[in-house]
Amino acid sequence: MKVRVTVMVKKGVLDPQGKTILASLHLLGYKEVTDVKAGKILELSLPKMGKAQLEKKVKEMCDRLLANTVIEDYEFEVGE
Amino acid sequence: MKFGIVVFPGSNCEHDCYHVVKHVLRQDVSFLWHKEKTLARSDCVILPGGFAHGDYLRCGAMAKFSPIMESVTRFASEGGPVVGICNGFQILAEAGLLPGALIRNRTLHYLCQDVYLRTDSNASPFTRKIPHGKVLKMPIGHGEGCYYADAKTLSRLEVEGRIAFRYCDPKGNLDEEWNPNGSLKSIAGVLNERGNVLGLMPHPDRCAEAILGNEDGRVLFESVIGL
Repeated sequence: MKVRVTVMVKKGVLDPQGKTILASLHLLGYKEVTDVKAGKILELSLPKMGKAQLEKKVKEMCDRLLANTVIEDYEFEVGE
Repeated sequence: MKFGIVVFPGSNCEHDCYHVVKHVLRQDVSFLWHKEKTLARSDCVILPGGFAHGDYLRCGAMAKFSPIMESVTRFASEGGPVVGICNGFQILAEAGLLPGALIRNRTLHYLCQDVYLRTDSNASPFTRKIPHGKVLKMPIGHGEGCYYADAKTLSRLEVEGRIAFRYCDPKGNLDEEWNPNGSLKSIAGVLNERGNVLGLMPHPDRCAEAILGNEDGRVLFESVIGL
């Protein structure tokens, strides 16, 4: 099974990377862009298991390692 | 007094710390490989700078699970003095031994320069010999040194006197122009609740002897000796 975890900087936390990308887009003439947030995507491969068990496991991985919940939010979707 | 310097794969300032403790201050010291489980009867633990585990995922994210961190956490909870310098600070924050987090510098640039620090708390084993308000000059070398904590935590740190060092101008005034990385409240170093764990981004280990042109960092090591 594949799980795609998306980790984003929390609202209100400085995101200098996003701001710099926004400035570059403006330089290229894309003035209509009003905000950019930069985050990361992690793709996990796991053996087949029940949905509830999988979600519990992935949530634990996110809380313990994949995200730092002081500064980041995460969400994940389960694929095939 | 015996110092223990934790070495993670990717640490690169362990020898700077070792040199200061052993050759400048003439104290007993040993390296502690991150896979070890005991602190070899150390009286003070140093987490040095570097790029533990390659800084992958987030700085300090993997290092907090190294076997030795259980002993470091226990030692800290018993009141033992622990200092994290630069990457060591990032590890302590990731491990939850210090509040907040260190995020990308506001300019996105890696910064390698001298900064001025105002000593805002001398209620810790590492700052007890520094007069309150004293300005120290120290080098920094980091890409992720912008201190972040939520508003509630920041005000708690302030009220409880747990902000050990703040970036300032050469006279000790707080000024955003002299805050190199965008740290909230100009925070360069914080203490845990009990005051025995210190994390700071600047490098006292790189400015502890006259031959290097700056001895301002030496007092942090001297403070902890003879506790």
